[in-house]
Amino acid sequence: MLEVHALTKSFGALRATDGVTLKVEEGETHAIIGPNGAGKTTLIGQLAGMLLPDGGSIRFAGEDITRLPAPRRARKGLARSFQITSIYRDFSALQNVALAVQAASGRTGFWRPAFDDESLIAPAKKILAEVGLEKRMHAVAANLSHGEQRQLEVAMALATRPRLLLLDEPMAGMGAEESQRMIGFLAGLKQRHTMILVEHDMDAVFRLADRISVLVYGRVIATDTPERIKQNEEVRRAYLGEDA
Amino acid sequence: MKARLISWIVAAVLLAALPPLLLALGQPFYLDLVRRIMILAIAAISLNLILGYGGMVSFGHAAYIGVGAYAVGILGFYGFFNGWLHILVAMAASALVALAIGAVSIRTSGIYFIMITLAFTQMLYYLGISVAEFGGDDGMRLKQRSQLGIVDLNDPVQFYYLALVLMLLSVFLIHKLINSRFGMALRACRSNEARSRAIGFSPYPYRLAAFVIAGALCGLAGALYGNHINYITPSLMTWEQSGDLMFMVILGGMATTAGPVLGAFALLIVEEVLKGWTEHWQVLMGPLLILSVLFFRRGLAGIFYKPDA
Repeated sequence: MLEVHALTKSFGALRATDGVTLKVEEGETHAIIGPNGAGKTTLIGQLAGMLLPDGGSIRFAGEDITRLPAPRRARKGLARSFQITSIYRDFSALQNVALAVQAASGRTGFWRPAFDDESLIAPAKKILAEVGLEKRMHAVAANLSHGEQRQLEVAMALATRPRLLLLDEPMAGMGAEESQRMIGFLAGLKQRHTMILVEHDMDAVFRLADRISVLVYGRVIATDTPERIKQNEEVRRAYLGEDA
Repeated sequence: MKARLISWIVAAVLLAALPPLLLALGQPFYLDLVRRIMILAIAAISLNLILGYGGMVSFGHAAYIGVGAYAVGILGFYGFFNGWLHILVAMAASALVALAIGAVSIRTSGIYFIMITLAFTQMLYYLGISVAEFGGDDGMRLKQRSQLGIVDLNDPVQFYYLALVLMLLSVFLIHKLINSRFGMALRACRSNEARSRAIGFSPYPYRLAAFVIAGALCGLAGALYGNHINYITPSLMTWEQSGDLMFMVILGGMATTAGPVLGAFALLIVEEVLKGWTEHWQVLMGPLLILSVLFFRRGLAGIFYKPDA
């Protein structure tokens, strides 16, 4: 589904991505973990097309997308959520999701009101119900709680009917209870979607991931199943050891 | 929703009742003033599409008033007086100019966008000054007003009603546009560009299309304005004129349906009142504008209702 080969990206003297090679299989949930500053968000940015790599290649569904702009990648089925909540704060939750449905449809129009368009509203309502926001759909996004905004963030990524979901710390800033609900939700999502999950919450990572890649100083030091990653000496030293 | 429609109907009826009232009172001057306000309101409505809904701070919108007016004047100069042709050419030429300016300027943002749109309009302004054939700096009187057949523009009252109808039509058209899929995408790109790109909207084509639509609509306002003053002059394209249009939108309320109309009426009526009072009216106008921006954060439209979500 996704093949990343020898990807590099530097900011000045800092090699934020240093020869990353990764393979994500169809149907798997692939977690990327690593200490702060390991280059996780930079990597996601390059996969989503927000940042252009200095070298290396990215292939998605058999096609080279290394230089493709972000909106074209999105329309090919690569959806992302942001670590720092990025939603349309001045639009209602329903409008947020309906916009994502519209973007994925690739169709525009100049006359018919979008809020009367069942082909946008019906799927948007369905997705809001899936993430548990149906009661809040008419609330302005800025007035949603932090947890609800995180749910909306994921809902928008889902609404584009993605083939690959890039989730950048979906649990960021959530309380324990909200986190548990989100993990439950992602566990359901995992059955139907291929996902790359960047997450600090180790509980979530070990429950959800099929495979884990460990990123340290821009390099992948190991890719393996959760059980083996837990036992990997190098990983424990570089990362898990610090807080485990 | 319903309350808004009723207030629009009330406003339309009041404006429609004005000509017989003013003529009965023997005050035809005010008819002229309100007609001018309504024509400039169309220009402000068009600017609101890109400034308010599109988030593009165009500081050169007077360019299209100039292009529209010059289309009328130049066609008349060569003996073409058909008003429908005038309107068609004014709108098409403005759309083309907007396409050229937009194609370059929309690649930039922030202060660069402001300066580039200003620079293009200054170019057109100096072009107007330098073309001696069409009056150069002094401008040129129209040989005849546009001949529309059903409406006689030489009749102040008929012209007034035409301006009223076209202003209301513009309000309606932009209202439909900004609630359509296109309008939602345009507003989404203003609200959060990174998010828009991540779900698959490329902002550039939406913004450029909005820029061209706004240019064409403002070209219509320009054609009407040329007829209104019965004259074409480069001073239609000054940066002060662009600034006035921006002020109408900001004062009235950006990204609101009624904002540009309210702003046009408020700005031009206050200007008229102050002019009647003192020669140095601008000294008073400046502080008034600053106070209004400070106190009406959402513009005059914000007093009546919240901006469209």
